[in-house]
Amino acid sequence: MKVITDYSPPNLFIRCVGELDHHTAAETLRRIEQALDRYLPKNCALDFSALTFMDSSGIAVILRAQKRMRETGGSLVLVHPMSQPEKVLSASGIHRFVDIRY
Amino acid sequence: MKYDNYIKVEFPSKSCNEALARSVVGVFASQMDPTLGELGDVKTAVSEAVTNCVIHAYPDSVGVIRLRCRVLEGDLLEILVRDWGCGIPDVEKARTPLFTTGGEERSGMGFTIMESFMDTLKVRSRPGRGTSVVMTRRLSGKTAEG
Repeated sequence: MKVITDYSPPNLFIRCVGELDHHTAAETLRRIEQALDRYLPKNCALDFSALTFMDSSGIAVILRAQKRMRETGGSLVLVHPMSQPEKVLSASGIHRFVDIRY
Repeated sequence: MKYDNYIKVEFPSKSCNEALARSVVGVFASQMDPTLGELGDVKTAVSEAVTNCVIHAYPDSVGVIRLRCRVLEGDLLEILVRDWGCGIPDVEKARTPLFTTGGEERSGMGFTIMESFMDTLKVRSRPGRGTSVVMTRRLSGKTAEG
């Protein structure tokens, strides 16, 4: 699992590459929170276009990242999920709480 | 129950084995010529079941997880995930969406995902003795896509 960040003020772009499960979730969240604390962006885009697998562990990661963004008055958007992660997002009902763009 | 083929593997409840379990099931199921979508669904359900064992069945130790896959009549894939851990005191409650004892790092959606991605889900558990999760999914396969 790779977490690649790209900051061009006020937007932080976080690209997740690989598989997001319970084994990789803690480290992924740590890397995301580290980037959010470092840049304090106004907008954060979580790019899931290269995330090949995600289970419910990923839901908690997304919600935690969104909570962190809201605490600092920013917003989070999830972009381009592939079909398997998208099915998990859909089954969990997270669409109602998180802005997802395709 | 009559089966055409099976595989049985055991591994320690280490989180790195979650991906291994998904891969094993994916490779085994591929003989049934599933679609990529069906394969993704089955791998997701297995990931949830094995993660439950790692986090909840053996919270303070490393125990054994058994994974058994069978091809049953009628293009039916059956998956058993078994542990000998602490068990679930109230299975119905554990299956409730958003219920978790895993804190903020967990979403409480594991059983909900298993239920929606598989055709059937049975959970048997006894506190102190362990838990068995049996899931089935009919794989219509690429030929049915037309």
